[in-house]
Amino acid sequence: MNRFMAWTAIILGCIYFILPMTGMVEFSLSMRRGVYSLDAYRVVLADPVFQATFSYSVIMALFTIAFGVLLVVPTAYWVQLKMPEIRPVVEFITLLPLVIPAIVVVFGYIRLYNTSSWLPLTGSVTGTNILLMFGYATLALPYMYRAVDTGLRSIDVATLTEAAQSLGAGWLRIMATLILPNVLGAVLSGAFLTFAIVIGEFTMAALLDRPAFGPYMQLLGANRAYEPAALAVIAFAITWACMGLIHMVSRLSKHKRVSH
Amino acid sequence: MAFLDISHLEKSFGTNRVVKDFSLGIEKGEFVSLLGPSGCGKTTVLRMVGGFETPSAGSIQIDGVDVVGLRSNQRNIGMVFQAYALFPNLTVAQNVAFGLKVAGVDKHETAERVTEMLTLIGLSDLGARYPFQLSGGQQQRVALARALAVRPKVLLLDEPLSALDAKIRASLRREIREIQQRLGITTIFVTHDQEEALSMSDRVVVMTGGKADQIGTPFEIYSHPTTRFVAGFVGTLNTFDAVVTDPATGAITLGETPLTLNRAIAAKNGAVVTLAMRPESATLGTGQPGDVTLTGRIAEVQFLGAIIRITADVGGQNLTLDTFNRTDMPPPAIGSDMAISLPTSSMVVLVE
Repeated sequence: MNRFMAWTAIILGCIYFILPMTGMVEFSLSMRRGVYSLDAYRVVLADPVFQATFSYSVIMALFTIAFGVLLVVPTAYWVQLKMPEIRPVVEFITLLPLVIPAIVVVFGYIRLYNTSSWLPLTGSVTGTNILLMFGYATLALPYMYRAVDTGLRSIDVATLTEAAQSLGAGWLRIMATLILPNVLGAVLSGAFLTFAIVIGEFTMAALLDRPAFGPYMQLLGANRAYEPAALAVIAFAITWACMGLIHMVSRLSKHKRVSH
Repeated sequence: MAFLDISHLEKSFGTNRVVKDFSLGIEKGEFVSLLGPSGCGKTTVLRMVGGFETPSAGSIQIDGVDVVGLRSNQRNIGMVFQAYALFPNLTVAQNVAFGLKVAGVDKHETAERVTEMLTLIGLSDLGARYPFQLSGGQQQRVALARALAVRPKVLLLDEPLSALDAKIRASLRREIREIQQRLGITTIFVTHDQEEALSMSDRVVVMTGGKADQIGTPFEIYSHPTTRFVAGFVGTLNTFDAVVTDPATGAITLGETPLTLNRAIAAKNGAVVTLAMRPESATLGTGQPGDVTLTGRIAEVQFLGAIIRITADVGGQNLTLDTFNRTDMPPPAIGSDMAISLPTSSMVVLVE
């Protein structure tokens, strides 16, 4: 009986997730009447706006990842090594983006960095891009910090640091050659999550009026029938590819025992 | 001045004074162990020499240079940790080469030095392995090679054998000492294991409560402990209360038995002092002329193979003695009365 209930729950769960997706894929393939075709995908991929917005979001994602790694890895390392007592405070701060909606954050940004403020970031395209990158980094912070912190906890940071120091290494070398490679799997997990968040983010990009992939998806969804479904499938594929890469990276790190 | 000179070193964590007025001079090529129970400050002293803790007061000079103001990566010291601390993302060879790379040694010389070090530790064919592919003993040997590759002025060993099993520990102990002697490297070894300290060191520093209680050769520490703590911490000891009757000649009364140690005692007439004696100094039967002979009832016999440890009740006090096992002489029966002789020359008067 218990087994039956368990299987029922699993099947219901699968249906709940798989059915809409199957419907969506089926619909995205139905642009040409009567037969399945990839027309919707062809139209989307050939659209110069798609190419522009997708490229923009990919570049923004890469910058966000670089900024996030530079911000989070040294912070988490320092907290673990020198100030373990402030860990709860840092954890609380990194969790804030989960409870403060993106729209509140972006309104705060606009209020603080508008053209009449002391740091008028929204006054130029570059400034707005930088502001958007900060916003993305904030949204990704809970995931990035958690991933890196978990990675750091799995190694004996303090002793490895002291061992490297006794061999003459300075902070920069310790970070670059020992800490980062040892938490690379964790950093990449955080990076792929960041990538997935940035690619699908709408609120910040729309309110800062930047040509990102999120607003493009919304625009297309409001005006077309089959293309949005194709776009959603593409977005899913990107997310899944990211998840697959996370998995692959953790399997491929050759200096660690493969534990799964 | 000694090659490594530690002078009036102090360390406090908040109100807790962990190291108190610690001074020690170590000659070049000497192997010195800091021995003591947990929390005695031995690791803190080592970490201050290594530059991982800043002294509250005092100086540390290596080869005439005060290193207190220098960071650990500027001190040219090698350190081996209890937890091995090999870099998991680097191979054995890369681990050994790490310090050389930092120092900017060219590739050719680095490769040569790595080969030399791996040969020294007997792992020349394991250079391409990662740390997780090695056993604990192998990892610790790599850690030693890594620390030695940069030719440090001082080698610091922080309980390097504690995480290993007994057999590996004993063999690595010999190996470390042999390598240290071959390279002539000045070494500080921190341990809570008296056997390790006594068997490996040129000198042993017994520490308690943040202070050096006694500094001496292993023989001195074991045979002539100067404090009750050292006597009790290093090896097994019989202690008796005795009353001084003449401090100048060393005449005392042990229970009802008067005896003379033939050396001056730093105590007043009538004072109660502690007499200490190692179990192996006492013998069953009547000993040499001049020995004190007591009669004791055998309370316990522990057969340890080569050695038999006997506990006897002597006038209400327990006395432990070790004798070699002899095939022609079975151990005494429990409850039997036996003569036990104690040579006065091996009795130590403990001052505190």
